[in-house]
Amino acid sequence: MNDPIAISTHNLSMSFQGDDILKNISVEIRRGQTLAIIGESGCGKTVFMKTMVGLLQPTSGSVHFDGRDIATLSPKEMTATRCRWGFVFQNAALFDSMTIYENVAFPLRQNRHLSETETYHLVCQHLQEVGLPPEVVLKRPAELSGGMRKRVGLARALILKPELVAYDEPTTGLDPIMSDVINELMLDVRRRYPVTSIIVTHDMHTVRKVADRVLMFYPRRRLDSPDDSQILFDGSPAQLEHAADRRVRQFVHGQAGERLREMASGWADVNVPVAH
Amino acid sequence: MSSAAAPAAPSAATAPPDGPVRSGGSPVRGRLATWVMQWGSATVDGLHTIGDLAIFTAVMLRWLFTRRPARGTILTNFYQVGALSLPVVALTGTFIGMVLAVQSYTQFHAIGLDSRLGAVINATLVRELGPVLAATMLAGRVGGAMAAVLGTMRVTEQIDALTTMGADPMHYLVVPRFLACILLIPALTIMADFMGIVGGYFYSVIILKIDHAAYLNYSRENVVGFDLFSGIFKSVFFGAIISIVSCYRGFHCQPGAEGVGKAATTAFVYSFVMILSIDLVLTIVLNSIYYTLYPSGSSFL
Repeated sequence: MNDPIAISTHNLSMSFQGDDILKNISVEIRRGQTLAIIGESGCGKTVFMKTMVGLLQPTSGSVHFDGRDIATLSPKEMTATRCRWGFVFQNAALFDSMTIYENVAFPLRQNRHLSETETYHLVCQHLQEVGLPPEVVLKRPAELSGGMRKRVGLARALILKPELVAYDEPTTGLDPIMSDVINELMLDVRRRYPVTSIIVTHDMHTVRKVADRVLMFYPRRRLDSPDDSQILFDGSPAQLEHAADRRVRQFVHGQAGERLREMASGWADVNVPVAH
Repeated sequence: MSSAAAPAAPSAATAPPDGPVRSGGSPVRGRLATWVMQWGSATVDGLHTIGDLAIFTAVMLRWLFTRRPARGTILTNFYQVGALSLPVVALTGTFIGMVLAVQSYTQFHAIGLDSRLGAVINATLVRELGPVLAATMLAGRVGGAMAAVLGTMRVTEQIDALTTMGADPMHYLVVPRFLACILLIPALTIMADFMGIVGGYFYSVIILKIDHAAYLNYSRENVVGFDLFSGIFKSVFFGAIISIVSCYRGFHCQPGAEGVGKAATTAFVYSFVMILSIDLVLTIVLNSIYYTLYPSGSSFL
């Protein structure tokens, strides 16, 4: 628990067109920690992660990496910092104009001055580590299955040996076996080197298997009072099972409760024309 | 059907076109407020877009002058913009030349000045129609494709992926496209002019049987180097407009298939309108320079 802080947010707020998605979120993530961020769709967990890695500019507040506010970094320093992070996108975000080899080699070609032989060696090594066969190297992303694309995305994110890896819904849309393969790969990465991981997911199996800390976000528009915290839970996966908050337990056990009635209540003060 | 059972005429409170309406408020005041709100919103959005486009251009220019683009991105974009557009631009130019011959012939024949057709066709072609119609064709072919590709990259998070891997999307995606457009659209315009001249000559001399020597002599006398220069000079601006507007629309693409389609359509429409607007301004400026250089002006008759 005494590991240094890898990345932290301070009073981070984000709004789109006047609609507050995140408000005053302060979180510290320690080096080597695997943090899972859970919460229902639209609660702002992906926005939070993208803001942390500098893909979105916060409306207010700050993000600190290695003790420095990333907003104060020069473009050159920001590029160098980004090379210390890896990002696995929900749908892999592979460049469809390139082959799999070119996709995985892209971060190396962009940031390291290696010979083509060294690049080839590293690309093959990383594709092998994520369990992809050699024949995929010359294929295009469109020719691969969803699970294979996710593994290529993972290989591409890891090729620069990042200190921090952010996974955006890594198992969404995959069959249970492939989901577990991705979970195993995330564990394997952590075993091989001390990487800090942030995983945005809905998959409770991933949370229980991979995470050592869980944050649960709640949509701001559904809070009882605007001053209430958006983070309903911050603790270990074991504590999550016995959380005191009813909303956390409902999410963990996948129980809709009164949600359908709540969602339908938005029509209460609307005049719907009667069909004749 | 009794009158009591007849459906009431649709009113603002019950008409469904904009979806369900919340109760309360006068319909007239509501409509006025909506009208003011829509116009106000459109004005603010327009100003916001102009400002955003200016910032987008400034950032792109900063990258253009500070870091050389990667060779791989340059070659691909030059091939897409230049080589693949060549057939369609050549065909456009040829038909412009022939259509000009068809349109002008009747008028010139009526006053017995058929032999001067070459001067009119070639001057109109190199000054105005060659550059503008080639640019219009390229706004559709190149601009629409740029907006669709970049829009799809935005929607599928490929642009974000570039950022996370230390590549600046502006440097990697926009600068090569801008260079390809400002360098190759003038070259394609020269091609359109040349094919237009050939097309006009073919229709006038071979089909309409106008005297070959007279056609060429009048063309040579009335089309000066400045005419050719002004057309090519304008095409550099047209190339810049096509690349900047199309890349901007692609970068600001809304999610989904409809968003990508809208980005491609608006890229063409905005580019076309801006090409015509800037053409007017440049023509006025270039004409004033022309009449300073050649005070007697040009006369086809």
